[in-house]
Amino acid sequence: MAEMPLLQVRHLTTEFLLPGKGAARALEDVSFDVYPGQTIGLVGESGCGKTTVLMSILRLLPTQAQISGRVLFRGLDLLALSERQMREYRWKEIAIVFQGAMNALNPVMSVGEQICEAITLHGLMPRREAEARTGELLELVGIPKERGVQYPFQYSGGMRQRAMIAMALACSPCILFADEPTTALDVMVQAQILELLGNIQRKMGLAIVLVTHDLGVVAEMCDMVVVMYGGKVAEYGPVDRIFNNPQHPYTQKLLEAFPDLAQPVASLASIPGAPPRLSELPPGCRFAPRCHVCLPQCASEAPPLLEIAPGHFSACHLCKS
Amino acid sequence: MSRRTYLLRKLIFALVTIFVVLVINFVLFRVLPGDPVRAVIGRNVKISAEAQQALRQQFGLDKPIFPDQFLDTLRQWAQGNLGISWSLRRPVAEILMSKLGNTLLLIGLGQLLSIILGVFLGLFAGWKRKTVFDVAALTFSLIAWATPTFWLGIILLAAGSSWLGLPTGGIVSPENVGKPLYTVLPDLARHLVLPTLTLTILYLGEYMLIMRSSILEVLSEDYILTAKAKGMSPWQVLWRHALKNAMLPIVTIVALNLGFTVSGAIYIETVFSYDGLGKLFQTALVKQDYPLLQGAFLLLAVSVIVANFLADILYTALDPRVKAN
Repeated sequence: MAEMPLLQVRHLTTEFLLPGKGAARALEDVSFDVYPGQTIGLVGESGCGKTTVLMSILRLLPTQAQISGRVLFRGLDLLALSERQMREYRWKEIAIVFQGAMNALNPVMSVGEQICEAITLHGLMPRREAEARTGELLELVGIPKERGVQYPFQYSGGMRQRAMIAMALACSPCILFADEPTTALDVMVQAQILELLGNIQRKMGLAIVLVTHDLGVVAEMCDMVVVMYGGKVAEYGPVDRIFNNPQHPYTQKLLEAFPDLAQPVASLASIPGAPPRLSELPPGCRFAPRCHVCLPQCASEAPPLLEIAPGHFSACHLCKS
Repeated sequence: MSRRTYLLRKLIFALVTIFVVLVINFVLFRVLPGDPVRAVIGRNVKISAEAQQALRQQFGLDKPIFPDQFLDTLRQWAQGNLGISWSLRRPVAEILMSKLGNTLLLIGLGQLLSIILGVFLGLFAGWKRKTVFDVAALTFSLIAWATPTFWLGIILLAAGSSWLGLPTGGIVSPENVGKPLYTVLPDLARHLVLPTLTLTILYLGEYMLIMRSSILEVLSEDYILTAKAKGMSPWQVLWRHALKNAMLPIVTIVALNLGFTVSGAIYIETVFSYDGLGKLFQTALVKQDYPLLQGAFLLLAVSVIVANFLADILYTALDPRVKAN
């Protein structure tokens, strides 16, 4: 790919300082690229650090979080900016759609006002034009613009998520973070929201970073996929390679655990054991205690993330470049 | 449901409550011991039985309590006639009205100060959680909330009068008694300092604590994260998104307090010999002045109901969800 990546995440490491208990390492050495117009999926079990990646990039974590590494947005390190400078990039360049649209909107402010506020905050246009744009944005996500004066409690769950998407588009960002955007919604609405995201991406050439644990969604929407385990990248590469030729044992198990409509089975495969606790991580490979092909060295030596094929990375002692 | 229907419903509810209060107030003072006629004639036992009977007829006390006396009382109350005070020999309504202004001045000032200070200090304490300021504010709030009214009043009275030379009681100095209040403002202000300070400290603790916990709860909500993600400064987040949500519990507490402080001022007015309703109630109670007490009860109950109704109106302005339920 000749194009410059919009966002280059390099060795992103996030630790939470716990008073009297040292530090919990939520992320370690996470690296990936986001290209314009591309959709990249972050997948993994609950607590593997998917959401923390997004929050670390936007620097929205509480103050006891220590973030290191580099997050290059068009070559500029976001982690090196002052808090005041960082605010310029939030929403205007990178917007985010949160998981629970139920509570992500302010209950005592009208939906239209919340969208309009995002536009005027960044001084993109005067108030009157911002109001007109708010109407357009609502129509774009399929909400009649007259409903902008209503409050979130007057919206259904799906409408709130649509409004949230409209709000995310307010400043025409070049990257959209979507943190499990369909989790709290029923299946029909889920499909509508994903379709909406896809349409908007095509229309606006938006790059999307999609956090999800639904591999079906990844297969359908994503170009690239980052499989995460215990705060580290287990495998990273183009979606068809990861799905057809998974190299990391965790990815293999994850895909086995996913139901296949073509060949239904009586009971789904599962991965025995539980993900590691962030405060007591195993010294070697984090997946070693649950791995079905574990080698002696896996318990002591952490495998590096190696490029095993062009653009396909995997962190496993069994994989050779 | 529209805002008008909502408020209309609340208004009807308030009126019904007032009617229930009227009934209870009527019954309560009919079951209390004592004979009004004996109270009027006092120790003058020489009045003949016929004269006493005439008095009874004159006041309608010979008629059955229900419905005649009850309806008659309601009619009188509706006309603003709350009866004659036994101890002061003046119409109850007139006495209450003459003291109401003084009490509202004291309570109004004290509540206004404690609400403004409490909201902002509580907001700041919650925002700067676990800092020295927060710990200090929390400690002060707990002590202030737990302090008995009369004790704080006496301590402030002693300290303020001996060190700052502030007056120990009354509303104005003796030489200014009887003059219109607005002509003696500096003197009035000096008299108001200590009782207002006592009232402010007492309620400040409560408002700070509630505001602090309210803002902490609000700041952990998802929409606050959304506001931060939009690129808002901490101050904008607090002002535009957190404050209005965090104010809701305060409105309820203030509304309840406003009703009750009319009676809560009893301690403060007594300690500072402040000539208001609280002191009047205490006198009425000591002298077993039933008509005055009855009027006082009515005023208290109505002020609680009115304060609640005002809170309902304020709620509709603050929280759009209220109208829906």
